[in-house]
This record gives sequence, structure tokens and C-alpha cells, in this order.
Amino acid sequence: MEESLTLKKLRERFPASIIDTHSFRGDDTAVIKRVDVVDICRFLKESPDLSYNFLMDLTAVDYLQMGNSPKEGRFEVVYHLYSLKYNHRVRIKSPLTEADPTIDSLTPLWAVANWLERECWDMFGIRFDGHPDLKRILLYEQFEGHPLRKDYPLTGRQPLIGPKN
Amino acid sequence: MEKTATLARELNIREMTLHMGPSHPAMHGTVRMFLELDGETVVSSDVEIGYLHRGFEKTCENRTYHQAIIYTDRLNYVSPLINNFGYAMAVEKLFGVDVPERCKYIRVIMSEISRITDHLTNVGASAMELGAITAFLYMIKAREVLWRLIEEVAGGRGVTPSYVRIGGVKDDLPEGFQGRALEAFKVTREVLQEIHGLLTKNRIFVDRTKGVGAITADEAMSYGFTGPCLRSTGVAYDVRKAQPYMVYDKMNFEVPVGTNGDNYDRYLVRMEEIQQSMRICEQALFSMPPGPIKIDDPRITFPSKEDVYGKMESLINHFKLFMNGHGITPPKGEVYQAVEGANGELGFYVVSDGSGRPYRLRCRPPCFMIMSGVSRLVNGGMVADIVPTFGSVNMIGGECDR
Amino acid sequence: MAIESALGESVVLTRTDKVLGWARKYSLFLYPFVTACCGMEYMAAAASHYDIDRFGAGLPRFSPRQADVLFVVGTISHKQAPILKRVWEQMCEPKWVVAFGGCTCSGGPYDNYATVQGIDTIVPVDVYIPGCPPRPETVLDGIMKLQEKIQSQKQEL
Ligand code: SF4
Repeated sequence: MEESLTLKKLRERFPASIIDTHSFRGDDTAVIKRVDVVDICRFLKESPDLSYNFLMDLTAVDYLQMGNSPKEGRFEVVYHLYSLKYNHRVRIKSPLTEADPTIDSLTPLWAVANWLERECWDMFGIRFDGHPDLKRILLYEQFEGHPLRKDYPLTGRQPLIGPKN
Repeated sequence: MEKTATLARELNIREMTLHMGPSHPAMHGTVRMFLELDGETVVSSDVEIGYLHRGFEKTCENRTYHQAIIYTDRLNYVSPLINNFGYAMAVEKLFGVDVPERCKYIRVIMSEISRITDHLTNVGASAMELGAITAFLYMIKAREVLWRLIEEVAGGRGVTPSYVRIGGVKDDLPEGFQGRALEAFKVTREVLQEIHGLLTKNRIFVDRTKGVGAITADEAMSYGFTGPCLRSTGVAYDVRKAQPYMVYDKMNFEVPVGTNGDNYDRYLVRMEEIQQSMRICEQALFSMPPGPIKIDDPRITFPSKEDVYGKMESLINHFKLFMNGHGITPPKGEVYQAVEGANGELGFYVVSDGSGRPYRLRCRPPCFMIMSGVSRLVNGGMVADIVPTFGSVNMIGGECDR
Repeated sequence: MAIESALGESVVLTRTDKVLGWARKYSLFLYPFVTACCGMEYMAAAASHYDIDRFGAGLPRFSPRQADVLFVVGTISHKQAPILKRVWEQMCEPKWVVAFGGCTCSGGPYDNYATVQGIDTIVPVDVYIPGCPPRPETVLDGIMKLQEKIQSQKQEL
């Protein structure tokens, strides 16, 4: 299948940091090394023939229970970008290891990254270097653990008051 | 300048810290705001959300694909049908299947009715917070009529209809629906007329909303705003136009945009969107083709109830789809599907490991992004202006906190 | 008996308990603690079509100190629970609590790490209104149940 413009440009510009690219059901995806995430996103945002100006979504996936989990690491941070000018989307993924789930923060590029990264920290325990104020957002400070990790039980209740039923 | 500084020191003036919420009449849904005030001006603010975090994503990972539908209802509970369809479309994309034409038309009609009820509720509630209770009561009157439409199609009132099925919808539209829908739109149009009379040129309403909570287009994009909040700044981004799904490409409608990005523009954009949604509905009602309403594929859709009770194969099929450990199993992969929710782009990111349960189900909640910009909207304004600003961004707890 | 026949119809005799109960049940001041989807149905019940005002419960008070009935409408998460408790503590006696919707009765569809499994683990509940969300008719029925309860209980002065 023909590779889309975005993926081709990414390959040209960052040959060393692209681990893999694919387009399942028309969703362009690039798997990248975590060290280059800010550079790649800045390139995608600022290069005039791509101009991905929206950070639509930022989340993560915990591949702990996926049969043949990716060898690069347990977590994957997933970015969805959208370009208003060219009306196209791309997904950027970056694997992280369990021992060191850390990646650079995108807050210098997009204001919304602030809250999205806080959510990701809250739910998965992924740390974002350079984030101005990385603290819990949806849960409370007293909460221990990160609920969306696959090894956190569904009913692992940690009530502030009342019984733990 | 220096004089005021010394005066301030002598009088021991300092900034006041105020907590607004979490249980506050204007904070529909529960949000806490930490405000630093200098007199009545907001110097800085911090918004805390998460009081309605109900573990949507984790719960769905432990349910089958069909069971997850009821949780999508409760994301944006003011326009649940849009969430339903968005989620179903994501799973269908994972399968790589396309639903029949008539089903798409039904989905368009129901989404737009849902959008209307959402905007009605929002405009009504935010007007009520400014003291215009009449507007709220009128809006609820129209919403009640539309909810009755939804009820006769989906079986549940507007909040939790769970109308969608993966690969189709639950039932066809009932007989005589077209006429009743047109009747309901007539009522809605009358109500809108009245609301325009009550609010659009109302001195108090205009004074409290115009120029308040304004944001520029660039900032709005940096904050990831979509939907009416982005369009009010003049950016005509609407998923229905940009990346048409279902049959929106066959519909004739306009995307209203504002200029200033303030509360008043957001109000006007929403009012106009209601009109456009009714236009879409009417076109769809008249051009709807006959035909099946779900895919004919026993691996995805349920057999009809009559068949389950009457035919052996259907019974087995039903059993297989509902038994623990069976159910529909999309291929391995991951997709992102965006639809235009009432608050903006509503995206579903589904990761499948080939089993009967979503390995990861992520919802991109438009409210969350907008809420991250709320402290930018209220900083520098008056403390009383927080109420209209917060009302006009339409924060829906279920969607923002999930 | 004799007094009644002497005074005729100009006077009604009753017990204090009864008259206080009668007064209290028709002047319910609600505190709607609205958090989630059920709030939409609460709005519908409160607006003109279903008109909660017919039961003397039309005026919501947004200060717990002015309210008699705490309407807990919508899911209560563990983050929210201390706030609910605090609101309840701030209300003056006599006070009642209504659990509105499946989530407040039992946790509803959410049996997971984030939600409280029924608010009766935190505050005492007088009337449960089940449903996800309950229809306005159910809500009105719940209010009538509450009124019966108020009428029949011992009235504290
Ligand atoms: S009972 Fe149902 S409708 Fe009510 S808050 Fe809970 S989930 Fe929402």
C-alpha cells in the first residue's frame, strides 16, 4: 500500500528514531523512540506541508496482558494529532519500559498537554519530564497506585470515608 | 504606582483565596475552583475536576463489546446517542464493516435530535444561572417533546437510551415517526423564537455575556477546543464537514461560526446549530431509503428475537454471542474514530487483542480539553463572570471525568 | 366531643404531631446534590411538565443550612464522598435524605474502584428511588413516599 505523505516525511527526516509505521484501517501510525518525541511533534506541528496543529488526544496503553506484548516495553504512550489545514490525522506511539516509564512533556507545544499528561500520570503512572505540575487530576492525592494499569484490580476501592465494600 | 503599593502595604491588603465549589449552584456537575482574587478581579485560578470519575475506561475493559454500550450512554448524558454511535462506529471500523444505508440515516437523525436536546439544555441552564428562569422552562418544554421522540424510538428517555447495536441499531423507526418528528420540530422552532425574543437582545444577558470569557482562535486550538467553543472563535472545524461520516456528506447544512470567541458568540453558535440540526433531520427524514437496519452477519449482529425463539440456528447463534468468553471478536488492531459530539470532537480509541473484550477503550472527551482552558477564560475577569463562562462551556461531568 | 359541638366548624382539633407533620410534608426544601446523569431527569421533574411544585417541593435551596431534604442525584465517587457527608452534617434537624437513582442506591452500573456502592454506607437514607435514571413519575412517587414517612413519624420540636 502507498505510504502516506506524513509517514514518508517522518521516515525521511527521522530515519533513526522511527521503529515502525503502519496504517491499519486507514489510521496512519508511527511508532517512535521516546527520546525524540518532542522533536518529532514539533516537526509535525511546524513543518508547513504537514502543520498538525491540534493535539487531539494523548493517552497510554498498558500491554501487560496482551499475548505477545511489544518487546520494547510494557507501556505505550499514544498521541493523536490532527491538521486543520490539510484535514489529516496521524497517530504517534512511543513504547516505554516498566522500569522507567518516563517521556518528555509536550507542554511547550500545546497547552492542552498539561492536563492530558496529568491524566496519563494519574491513570498509568507515566512520568512526563518537564511538566510544570505533574499531579493527580481525576483521582485524589491519597489514592495509591494507578488504576488503568492492567495489574490494578477493577474493584480496588480506596475510600476516603466509609467502608471498603 | 508606588503610592498605591505603599498604601497597600499600610492597609495590609492582600489577595484573597476563594474556593468555589465543589458543591455550588452554578457548578452543575461538581468542580472546584481555587481563585486568587484582587478585589473582585480574578488574578489566577485553578480548576479541579474528577469528582465524577467513575472508571469508565477500566470498566469497559472488563465488559464485552456490547456491554460497553451502556457505559457510553453515561459519558455525555445530555446527548447520549452521539456517544453510542461514535463507539459503535469505532468497533465497526475495527471489523472493517459498513452498516446499511438506512441505518446510517437513522443514526444521523437520532444524533441530530440528541444534539438539539444538548444545546437546548445548555443554553437553558446557562441562562437560568443568569436569572432567566423562563428561558430554562421553555427549553425544557421543547426538550421534553424531543425526548418523547427518542423514547418512542429507543425505549428509554433522553438520558440513557442505549439505542445502538454494533453493526446496526436496535429497531427501525416506528410508524408515523416522520409526522411526529416534524411536529416536534415545529414546537422547537417556536421555542427558539421565544428564546431569541427573551435573550438575544436582552440588555442584562448581553451585558453579562458579550466580551466575557473571550479567547482567540490560536489559543483555543492550543487548548484543543473543538465544537461550539472553537467555532465561536471563527474556526469552522466540524467533524461532520471535515471528515464526513454516516451520510453527512449528502446533507445540506452550514457550520455557524462566531467572531469573538466570547460567551455571547457561543450562545449564538449553539442557537444556530439547533436550526441546522433540524434542517439535517428534515432532509434525512424525507430522503431515507428503505432497507435493512443492521448488517446481516451472524458474527457481529444479534438475531432478531422472533428467530431466537423460533429457529434452532438463531438460538445457537444468540447463545454464542452472549455466552461468557464468546461474543463478538474483532480482529487485532487499533482504531481511532471521531464524531462530532455536542461539545466537539468525540473520539473513541479502541485497542483490540482479538478477544471478546476491548483491550483498551479510550474516549477523547471534548469537555476535558475545554475545561483545561477554563482557567485561561476566567483569569482577569470578574468573579461574577465565572458563572456565565462556566455555563457556556457546557461542562458535562460524565464526559469530562469519565 | 362536647367542645367540638360547642365550637362548631370554626375550629379544628388535632394533635401537634399531626399538624406539624402536615406542615412539614408540604413544605419540603430540597438541596439537590446533583452530580451526574440523573440530574437531567431531576431537571425534567422540576420543570413545568412534571412540576414537582405540586408536592410543595418546588423550591430548591442551594445552601444545606436552609434545606430539609438532601436529594442525592447521581453517582457518588470516593472523591466526592467526604463532600456529601459534610453537606449532610451541615443540614439542620429535622432532615431527610433521598437516594435518587441506581447509583446512589447501590452503585448502579458502576462496580469499580472509583464509586461508592450506595450512599447508605455514608449517610442514612430515608427514601430510595431506583432507576437509571428514574422517570419523573418515579421521582414523584418517591416524594409521596417521603411525605407519608414525614407524616407518620414522631415530630421533633
Ligand atoms: S443511576 Fe444511572 S442515570 Fe443515574 S447517575 Fe447513575 S448511571 Fe447515571
